Amino acid sequence: MATLKLNSVKKRFGKTEVIHGVDIDIAEGEFIVIVGPSGCGKSTLLRMVAGLETVTAGDIEISGKRVNDLEPMDRDIAMVFQNYALYPHMSVYENISYGLRIAGVAKDEIARRVATAANMLQLDAHLKRKPRELSGGQRQRVAMGRAIVRKPSVFLFDEPLSNLDAKLRVQMRLEIKALQKELGITSLYVTHDQVEAMTLADRMIVMHDGVADQIGAPLDVYANPATQFVAGFIGSPATNFVPATSLATPRSGCATVGVRPEHARIVHSGNGHATGIVTFSEALGAETLIHLALPSGEQFTVRQEGSMPGRNPGEHCGIDWPPASEIHFDAAGQRVTAR
Amino acid sequence: MEKRVIFKGWLLPLLLLMPQVIITAVFFFYPAGQAIWQSLFIPDPFGLKSQFVGLGNFEFLLGDPYYRASFVTTAIFSGLVTIFSMGIALYLALLADRLIKGAGTYRTLLIWPYAVAPAVAGVLWLFMFNTRVGVVSWYLGLLGYDWNHVLNQTEAMGLVVAASSWGRISYNFLFFLAGLQAIPRSVIEAAAIDGARFWTRFRTIVWPLLSPTTFFLLVVNVVYAFFETFGVIHTITGGGPQQATTILVYKVYSDGFVGQDLGSSAAQSVILLLVVGLLTVIQFKFIERRVHY
Repeated sequence: MATLKLNSVKKRFGKTEVIHGVDIDIAEGEFIVIVGPSGCGKSTLLRMVAGLETVTAGDIEISGKRVNDLEPMDRDIAMVFQNYALYPHMSVYENISYGLRIAGVAKDEIARRVATAANMLQLDAHLKRKPRELSGGQRQRVAMGRAIVRKPSVFLFDEPLSNLDAKLRVQMRLEIKALQKELGITSLYVTHDQVEAMTLADRMIVMHDGVADQIGAPLDVYANPATQFVAGFIGSPATNFVPATSLATPRSGCATVGVRPEHARIVHSGNGHATGIVTFSEALGAETLIHLALPSGEQFTVRQEGSMPGRNPGEHCGIDWPPASEIHFDAAGQRVTAR
Repeated sequence: MEKRVIFKGWLLPLLLLMPQVIITAVFFFYPAGQAIWQSLFIPDPFGLKSQFVGLGNFEFLLGDPYYRASFVTTAIFSGLVTIFSMGIALYLALLADRLIKGAGTYRTLLIWPYAVAPAVAGVLWLFMFNTRVGVVSWYLGLLGYDWNHVLNQTEAMGLVVAASSWGRISYNFLFFLAGLQAIPRSVIEAAAIDGARFWTRFRTIVWPLLSPTTFFLLVVNVVYAFFETFGVIHTITGGGPQQATTILVYKVYSDGFVGQDLGSSAAQSVILLLVVGLLTVIQFKFIERRVHY
């Protein structure tokens, strides 16, 4: 059990700065997910916490102790890699027990801990197999097992589910969440998948171009995005952005207006805040997504109940939404709160 | 997994195989057959007639203390050459694996010695260690050490081992480096996080994963030391002093072409052929059993 703290951590590769000062304060047992598009620096940040990359500036503290200059093995962490990074020449048992054997833990203690972990992860039957004889999901579990037997104070996950197929991903996601709750180990989880972030996180960090745009509980972030990027990145389909001047009654004090697809609805042409032409609609059963083109050129998506009447391409419609659901941003993409 | 091509007739596949078959037949089966045939005869010194002796040549060789000594010399020589050329190459490859800037230049420079023919390499080392004008032996003399590989058997062996290993290091280095870089970075990182420091990682992760490369190089280097070092030995020591550096392949040459005992020389070739055959079998048997990821 430990806390993890990042104080204006920066990273430069040569002359390019990829992380411009990130502050995070993680409480004991908390599950934090860093989410962002590829290239935003989230994996680099995780690797710095792990000690696999040097820290250019700032401090990383685990349980109040500065670990910047410690080697990975001295940080009391465990990490699950995207490609699992299992030792191909070792059996599952040897893979899971590797860290314990190096630490010189007694043989019976190792056997006990591996058995517990294997039981928890349903790997009992596969302990003698080599990684190449396992399925993707089983390899993923072995990687998890390797992390949990050492009882580290911090878990690090580097996109652990992105190599699995969609169904397995959902299942493993639940297992990881359950496991983390059961063990209560402070965890830092990196992903580019916002659904993973929303479902797993106690708090999530949305990263964008080397900056933590927003830190907060998933639903808070969803309801109150701090920047235009966060509003566009979190939520699927993405938030619609309309230039403030192109609305029926132009808004003042902001450059862009964001509207969640579920808040908008189709009304008769000429009514509502904006008008658009239906380009196509996607009927997904429980809901229907109607995509429209606005006169200003923007795409606009409306999400409605599957039972509501559909719209045909080429139809002229009005789009309406409750004014309170609008999210306003200035020209730099920052949230404008005073309305 | 393998996709097989199915031919309609047998003419095209036969034609496609022909070049390889012809080359092997002309340059291997024919001379090898000749050697086996000749090993059963003792020709007179002028090559006018030869007498059939059956396995007499082999019988004589196996009872010959010089030939048995040459076996031991070969074992020592090829063992040392393999250990040094592979050990140094592995060390350099481990260093280069961590190098990021200038890796290309470093690699290119290290590969150069491989382009030097064994005989030329031999001459280079001979000049450096020449007892009268050699730079190295002169400096050794200043340090009070009287270098003389012409008389001292150990020094002669050391010199041919050094000269033979030197050119080989580049080759081994290339393979080791490629082998090291084929090990996924994340596996090494996972081991580091699991608590393994550099040497533990090397022992438990890198070395086992490198074993296919190591084994391949082991076989290739032993074969090299057996056969391709002829040029080095011929230029530096000529097999001396007192046959201290006469390895098997050199003895084939000196008995046959210097001593004019062509029957014995042919018999020795046949024995060498068997040794290569054995090494090749071992090679295939183990290379097949690679570590798969």
